[in-house]
Order: sequence, then C-alpha cells, then structure tokens
Amino acid sequence: MTGPAAAGALASTVVGTPALNFVIFAFFVAVTLVIAVSAAGGNRSTTDYYAGGRAFTGWQNGIAIGGDYLSAASFLGIAGIIAIYGYDGFLYSIGFLVGWLLVLLLISEPFRNTGRYTMADVLDLRLKAAPVRAAAAASTLTVSLFYLLAQMAGAGALVSLLLGVNSSAGQDLVVAVVGILMIFYVLVGGMKGTTWVQIVKATILAAGAAVTTLWVLSRAGFSLSALLHHAAAASPAGTRVLSPGLEYGVSTVSKFDFISLAVALVLGTAGLPHVLMRLYTVPNAREARRSVVWTIWLVGLFYLCTLILGFGAMWLVGGKNILAAPGGGDSAVPLLADKLGGTLLFGIVAAVAFATILAVVAGLTITASACFAHDVYAGVLRQGEADPGEEVRVARITAVVIGTVAVIGGIYARGIDVAFLVGLAFAIAASANLPSILYSLFWPRFTARGALWSIYGGLISAVGLIIISPVVSGSSSSLITDRHVNFAFFPLNNPGIVAIPLAFFLGWLGTVTDPQPADQARFARMQVRALTGVGAERGGRS
Amino acid sequence: MSLFQPSRGNASSTAASFQPTWWSANTTAAPQPSHPGAIGYEDVRASRDFSTIQRRFRSFVRRACTLFIGWYFLFVILAVFAPGFMRIRVLGDVNVGLCFGVLQFVSTFAIAMSYRRWARNRLDPLSDRLRHRLEGWPRP
Repeated sequence: MTGPAAAGALASTVVGTPALNFVIFAFFVAVTLVIAVSAAGGNRSTTDYYAGGRAFTGWQNGIAIGGDYLSAASFLGIAGIIAIYGYDGFLYSIGFLVGWLLVLLLISEPFRNTGRYTMADVLDLRLKAAPVRAAAAASTLTVSLFYLLAQMAGAGALVSLLLGVNSSAGQDLVVAVVGILMIFYVLVGGMKGTTWVQIVKATILAAGAAVTTLWVLSRAGFSLSALLHHAAAASPAGTRVLSPGLEYGVSTVSKFDFISLAVALVLGTAGLPHVLMRLYTVPNAREARRSVVWTIWLVGLFYLCTLILGFGAMWLVGGKNILAAPGGGDSAVPLLADKLGGTLLFGIVAAVAFATILAVVAGLTITASACFAHDVYAGVLRQGEADPGEEVRVARITAVVIGTVAVIGGIYARGIDVAFLVGLAFAIAASANLPSILYSLFWPRFTARGALWSIYGGLISAVGLIIISPVVSGSSSSLITDRHVNFAFFPLNNPGIVAIPLAFFLGWLGTVTDPQPADQARFARMQVRALTGVGAERGGRS
Repeated sequence: MSLFQPSRGNASSTAASFQPTWWSANTTAAPQPSHPGAIGYEDVRASRDFSTIQRRFRSFVRRACTLFIGWYFLFVILAVFAPGFMRIRVLGDVNVGLCFGVLQFVSTFAIAMSYRRWARNRLDPLSDRLRHRLEGWPRP
C-alpha cells in the first residue's frame, strides 16, 4: 500500500496527494452535513435547540460526550507530545481521563436533576440571583472561547499539512471555511444535529485510532516492549523517553508547572461547559450516569491507543521529521498514517482529524450561544420574560457572532501548540466553574456572594496569571516574541495550582462574610432534587 | 404536569423552618404532597428515606473520591520527584512508570463500573421509591 508518493513525502512539506485528500475531506464534510440536516427536524423549542429534546439514550450521549471531549488536542496533540517527549505526553492523557471520575461521582446526576440547559441554571436554582447567572455566563463564555481558539488554531496547522496550503492567506481561508461550516451545523442542526455529528465522528475516530494502533503493533510483532525499544532507539534522547521527566523534569519550576497542569487536568473536566451541557440531552439522571460511564470507556481506550500511536510515530516517523513538518507535533499521527498505509490512510486519518475539529467547534459554539441566549439575554437582560422562540432566535444570531470571533481568533492563534492551549482552558474551567458548582450542590451555607467571589476570583486569577506568565511574554515560545517586552512575573505556564485553590478559598470567604444567611429552603429543594430527581426537567419522548 | 415543575416561588416561601440537624436520621417517613407543586422539601430532607439515600451516597462518593484523587496524585508526585523509581524495568522495555500509568486507566474503569453497579443496586431503588411517593404513583 505504501506508494511512491509516501516514500519521498517527508522531505517535502506536502504529504500525500492534495487532490485525494481534498476528495476525502469533501466526502466527510458532506456526510456530516447530511446527518446534521436530516437529524435536525424542527428545533423550534428551547429544549430541542439546546438539549436535543432530551431524547438521547445513555450510550448515544456517552459517545457524543466522548466526541466533544476527544478534540484535535487529544487526537493530534497528545500523540504528538508522546512522539516528541515520550512518557510526558502520557501524563496528559491520564489527567484527561481520571478527571471523568469527578464528573461521574459528583456532578453528572445532581447536575442533570437540578438544571435545565446551562451551568447557570444549577446555580440559579440554589441562589436565585441575576448577578450569579451573569457571572456563570461570563465564565462559560470565556472557557468556551479559549477552547474554541485552541481548536481553530489546530485547524490552520492541520490543513496546511493536509492540503498543501502553505500560504498564510490560504490557511486563513481554510480557517474561515471551518467557521462557516460549523455555523451551518449549529444553525441547521441545533443540539440534535450536532449530537449526531459527534456520534458519527467519535465512532469513526475510535475506529480509525484502533486500526492504526493495531497496524503499529503488528509492525512491532504485537510486543509492547519491542515497540518501546524501537521508539527509544529512534529518539536522540534514548531510553529517557520511556520514563517521565524529559519535558517537565528539567528544573524545579518545570516540575511545579507539571503539578499545576495535573491539578488543572483532573479538576478541569468537571467544569467544561460543553461537556456539562451535554448532560441535559438525556431524559433523566440515570441516563446521564450511564452516558458518563460510556464516555469513560471510550476516552480511556482511545488514550491507550494514542500511547501506541505516539511511540509508533517516534519509531517510524522520527521526532525530527515530525518537528520539521508544518503543524509540528500535531502532524505526528497523520505522518504515521502515511508511513503505514500510504496516501489513502493518510487522507482518511487527516479527514477524521478535520471532522473532529469541525464537530468540537460546533459543540462549543452551541454551548456558548445557548449560554448567551439563555443566561445573558433571557435570564439577565429580559429577566425571564423572553419567549422560547425569541430565545432560540437570539441563540442562532449568537452562534453566527461566535463563529466569526472564533475565525478571527483562530487566524491569530495559529501556530500555538493545541494541547497546551487546551491545558489553559482546563485551568480556567477548573478555577472559575468547579468551585461554585460543587459548593452549590453540596455546601449548606453557600451564598450568592460566595458564588460571585469564587467565579470572578477564579476567572480573573486564572486569566490574569496566564497574562503575566511565560505564555504571553519573556520566553522564546511566548505569544509576544519581542524579548525586550517581558512581564512574566508568574513563573509557571499553567495557573491551576494557584487559581483553583484561590477560587475555592474565595467561595468560602465570600460565604462566611456574607451578612445574608443561605436560603435553607432552596438548599433543601436542591438536595432532594439532586439525589432523587423530584421535579427535575423531564425527558422528551420517553 | 405542574407536578414535575414546581413553581419557583413555592419552596422559598417555607424558608423559615431551618433544620440544622438535617443529616441525622429522622424517624418520620416521607410525607405525601398535599397538593401538586407544594412538595415540602425540608420535610422530605428530614425524612428517614432521604437521609438513608444521602448517607449512602456520601459514604460511597467520599471513599471513591479520596481513593482516586489520592491514587492519581501519588502517581503525579512519583512521576515528578521519583523518575528513578519510574525507570525501573519490569518486563523488557516496559518500566514501572508505564505500568503505573496503565494502572491509572484500569482503576478509572474499575471505579466507574463499581459506582454504576453500586448506584443501581443501592441507590436507585430507594430514590425511585421516594420520587414516586412524592410525585404520585403510578406514573403516567
């Protein structure tokens, strides 16, 4: 299967044949569009548009959540980090997986039982305050936009590799096309169409990863030890790639940076708005629990595959070739596919990666637009007076606006490591969203002031620490490349280790200093509803 | 079905009856709703059935969270501060670090499955019973 094109491909910047890749791309896009259109049907009520009529079953939603979660950062980013740094990339995937237990044990069922469409609904049931809803909306929008930016940044790099679009104007155009397609999915498909796109995408992604993994293993004689041996032999770092420390063990600062990242990864999943919103697409809490268990299996098995793919790429492609390719580490898996199965497999893997970006971007857009329409417009500006048709209309307009913002941001963010950007989004999610969710579900004394302090405190400290970190200035890999501009006062790249405890502390402090005591009747309702589902929003056609 | 969506004003109007000992078992059974939409959530919370659900949920979740968070951070700390230990070879080129990492996956799957099973057997029957009593049985 390895064609002549593949043999000399690595030397040039274009791998495979752009024409073939384009055909495979177009095919994938057409299939997902047909799915989005045919699944849509109606989408007039808010429950249809935001929550897919709450009619999905546990396994369907579980796979869709997996589809939302397994972004380009997971598929391309983590495998790429493993291919270059070895074991340290594995640490990412472990954090990304283990965080799901927090969602399963503490969040999924109470969240489904106490909310309607967004995270702010849960806080509102407990605290009933417009400022809290506005705060929750602000943090939801910030996290969604950060995450969107990461995906769009990945899209540009990926496409330059796949379609041979090397001019920056061409890449900008591709990012714009991604934005337009995603707006179309969301406008036409609503949550139902987007969910089906996620299900199809996650299935193809998992199948593609499984096939490529088996292929790599077969090359190594189905011996993990042999694969690791070959990979270490191909790397300039030798056997050091097989144990932790190559990327993060350099200095004390980098060690603490890693601990900070580990905290953000394990706590961030439970605060990701596009994941939380998916819990509302099932009829009841029990299905929400089932869907998270499905997600854990899908995500876990997928990450085990990326471990093999990463070391496989280290062995068969080589770290130097990966870094030299456009897109850097993110190109490891496509290049590996090219080595194994030639241009056809390369095209398929690349198209799957492209579909992944499209689907995740659509999921984020619908979350952000629902948040704006439901929380900011209907909840805060109109004080609950807006009728559902109006709310959906606002959501659609917001989707267009967010799509445009994401396209512009994606053009500027091009070239930043995708997995790294996602790590930052996790840190913001964990510090701005998680404390107030956990407090309002489980802490009897929690008040509106505690919620405001915790959300804004977490949001501002996480974003602020990123701004004064080496991410933005002062190092060779900073956003501001001018070395004379240096305001990196905070030594760590990831703010999690400071911002998350601070947000929990502020939530506590705001509550205990609040002159108004907590409303115990509301907390009683919250507790009873959270554990029994009494009075919870019902599923659609069950 | 106004039963399923109690109006938001109702519950807060009963704010006065604050019960500081809500976590202790009370010997009263869950009360019947007098009319739809007026579920006395504080009475329900004080009921024996509900405190059983809550006690079970808390004890399981507390243990499971302690276990997985402790286990995860043990792994992180070892990876950062004891790379020598992680380098020890177990089988061919497979070392302790890799086994430790894969065990994190295994433990995550195991905790997820055991929670699902536990919740189905120990939590769902109780919460179903309570919900049906509050919302009226049989359900439409």
